[in-house]
Amino acid sequence: MKLELRGITKKFGDFVANDNIDLTVEPGTVHALLGENGAGKSTLMNVLFGLYDADGGEILVDDNVVHFAGPGDAMRAGIGMVHQHFMLIHPFTVAENVMLGHENLKSNGLLDLAAARDRVREISDRFGFHVDPDALVEDLSVGAQQRVEIIKALSRDANVLILDEPTAVLTPQETDELLEIVRQLRDSGTSIVLITHKLREVQAVADTITVIRLGKVVGTAQPTASQVELATLMVGRDVSMTVDKSGANPGDVALSVAGLSAIDEIGLTTLDDVSFDVRRGEILAIAGVQGNGQTELAEVILGAIAASAGSVTLDGEQLLGKSIKDVLSEGVGYVPEDRTADGVVSSFTIENNLVLDLLHEPRFSNRGSLNIAQIEANAVQKIAEFDVRTTSAKATAGSLSGGNQQKVVLARELSRPLKLLIASQPTRGLDVGSIEFVHKRIIAERDGGAAVLIVSSELDEVVALADRIAVMYHGKIVGIVPPDTDRKELGLMMAGAHREDVA
Amino acid sequence: MTATATETGASPRPADKNPTDQRPRDVLRSIVESNGLVVLLAIFTALVVGAILVVLSDAAVQDASGYFFSRPADTLSAAWSAISEAYIAMFQGSIYNVKADTFGSGIRPLTNTLTYSSPLIFAGLGLGIGFRAGLFNIGAQGQVILGAIMAGYIGFAMHLPVGIHLALAIIGAIFGGALWGFIPGLLKATTGAHEVIVTIMLNYVALYGISWLLSLKSFQVPGSGNPKSPAVDSTAQWPHLFGDSYTLNWGFVVALAAAVGVWWLMERSTLGFRFRAVGANPAAATKSGMNVKLTYILVMVVAGGLAGLAGGSQVVGTEKSLTVGVAGSIGFDAITVALLGRSRPAGIVAAGILFGGLRAAGPTLQAQAGLPIDIVLVIQSVIVLFIAAPPLVRFLFRLPEPRHPKEVTA
Repeated sequence: MKLELRGITKKFGDFVANDNIDLTVEPGTVHALLGENGAGKSTLMNVLFGLYDADGGEILVDDNVVHFAGPGDAMRAGIGMVHQHFMLIHPFTVAENVMLGHENLKSNGLLDLAAARDRVREISDRFGFHVDPDALVEDLSVGAQQRVEIIKALSRDANVLILDEPTAVLTPQETDELLEIVRQLRDSGTSIVLITHKLREVQAVADTITVIRLGKVVGTAQPTASQVELATLMVGRDVSMTVDKSGANPGDVALSVAGLSAIDEIGLTTLDDVSFDVRRGEILAIAGVQGNGQTELAEVILGAIAASAGSVTLDGEQLLGKSIKDVLSEGVGYVPEDRTADGVVSSFTIENNLVLDLLHEPRFSNRGSLNIAQIEANAVQKIAEFDVRTTSAKATAGSLSGGNQQKVVLARELSRPLKLLIASQPTRGLDVGSIEFVHKRIIAERDGGAAVLIVSSELDEVVALADRIAVMYHGKIVGIVPPDTDRKELGLMMAGAHREDVA
Repeated sequence: MTATATETGASPRPADKNPTDQRPRDVLRSIVESNGLVVLLAIFTALVVGAILVVLSDAAVQDASGYFFSRPADTLSAAWSAISEAYIAMFQGSIYNVKADTFGSGIRPLTNTLTYSSPLIFAGLGLGIGFRAGLFNIGAQGQVILGAIMAGYIGFAMHLPVGIHLALAIIGAIFGGALWGFIPGLLKATTGAHEVIVTIMLNYVALYGISWLLSLKSFQVPGSGNPKSPAVDSTAQWPHLFGDSYTLNWGFVVALAAAVGVWWLMERSTLGFRFRAVGANPAAATKSGMNVKLTYILVMVVAGGLAGLAGGSQVVGTEKSLTVGVAGSIGFDAITVALLGRSRPAGIVAAGILFGGLRAAGPTLQAQAGLPIDIVLVIQSVIVLFIAAPPLVRFLFRLPEPRHPKEVTA
């Protein structure tokens, strides 16, 4: 099936999310749609999938103009979509999820679950997915859940499969498996539209690359193009693909974590006897697939959740048992992993967000009264220093893009002298330009003598930033290794394979 | 341009851990942040609905509609006269009585309006603080009653010099209301008990508590046995603002001063900053080192104190003795006032005066236009209904959807 988009334009108020975009997906090819976050990739696919009405342009399937009033129309036309956040019902089985929305009935009016099971088995066998139709979705790994989504699309006879940022949640191994599946699907005649901002994947699997920037197609490229070429096209200027940093110059131990354990509300162990040190002037990156205790580790150090055993000291001072406020005033800076939930107050102005945890400082308040002039002056200075792109310091934080929100959080946390900076997923969802900026600031903080603890599920980031890498799996540190460790080995460790401490 | 686009690339939000707590908060936020135009249109729509009810209940209109198809103009003119009569009565009962001989007596309805508005402003300010801090405090009624009890008891049982007596009665009222706010605040902070349930229950405790107190000899006029306290000493009463022929007293001035104070608290103090941050995003407030639980307690104490002030003010200004019904429905009307005023002090003052006016207009509406007083309640309720459902107002008046930049996806 040949899919063609011609002159697609989509506006939200004055904001043009898609500006006259042309895109042709030839049958049996992998077409990568490459662009930064906010470039308009997802909007375009939502238009294609019938979730948004386009303000202009047309969609052609096999050279016939079609109109999709909703996802149902798009599916009937043979277009399937795997969303970045899976649309699965966790307590249902795989077969139930696959049949959902187009259930077949038996002659007696009951659901024909057996037919759905057979369909799942058939597709699973054809592509070697190893998915059990009777397994509950909640028991499956993230990678397996993604395969269920793919089966769902294929069971509706999708000839074009749209994958929206499919590798964001996968381990390196799962990513390789997915790319292999993409190749198989292509070889069996299914066209794939791969939406991503990861250059490595594009190079590995794409037949054609279309690059989108600020809602416009800025060019097409061959998979043979180098990463630097692609990144330059995507960002619109030269970017450095590597993080410029000199070697670490570690000093004394600043943060010392020993035998730290924690359990969650339902009694499951989230941290299991975790021990490591971070020295002054050193970046320790915690690598791992999300959900292996990294979040809890950061939050226990901050004092947001309680530890069940162990100790956390900063310059010899015990942090456990202190309130968050006291931990912060010990000289800890904290960049939370979910900035919209924990980092900023979306409805507050940028200037208020820039002082959220600094109000007790005499320059911002005097006997319980806010020093508005200082708060305003601080905002002007920080917005300039951190290059926050906004129309006004009085704009709400919620109106900012993710990258700019992150700059606000970083600007705030770096406004006081730090002994320890904890940054969780510091560049998640950010565009290449912002990533570069955030990384530079983190390294500058290290070079200024702070101990830095990075938690990241992006292996690229871990490798680029870390002076040492600690890999977490199931709440344990499986090993602490140098940053030049082979990626394959890191991947295996992230999947739980042990390795002797080398650091 | 990029500033309007927000990533959808973020992870599934762990904030979803607590979905039950999220929904009322979202409702609160949409009310607190509702658009001023929507509020005005809601008031307008409510007046239109009120007019329709006036027409439907009017005898002359009913008669004329019997022969609507032969002489439709009769029905229409009857309807028009019913509506205009009702709203003229409303104006005359709440703002200025054009039939009065002197300006002095003509303006009396406006002074009544302001008198009625004072307790609504006090309690509305307290509720507004709670709403902005993310607390759905339904307990103003109980806090008002506690304030009334304290002020009333100090007023009639103690005999103190001028000035000191009034000050003590007012402080007692604040203390009583604050105590009734402290309890749900403490329970929420320590046990997670939802403030809506606890405050509703405490309303009953206060209501039956005052009934019980008034059954005691020490709270009754000696020798009477009626559930009514002795009158509050004149030393404990608000002085009248414009002489004794007007009911308007210093309570209104203090209410305006309280509005300014609340504005300063919320917009200019570090404490108010904390209140607002906790209300807008408790997770981010926690991670910024704010003590969210302590904040909940403080918010409830301040809110309760203001509601207590409403009750105290009512006793030492208007009622002048304690009865079971001394609090009327101030605590509940104040919820509407706070919502209508979008939890901002200036808005609450305006909404309080509007509701004071509706209240003041009630008797005139009944006497002059022959309409049931309930029509006022209907108008009040319809206003709330429309404010709680902004999309409905937007649909009725074909207003464009507000632009949510967040909905622009990558």
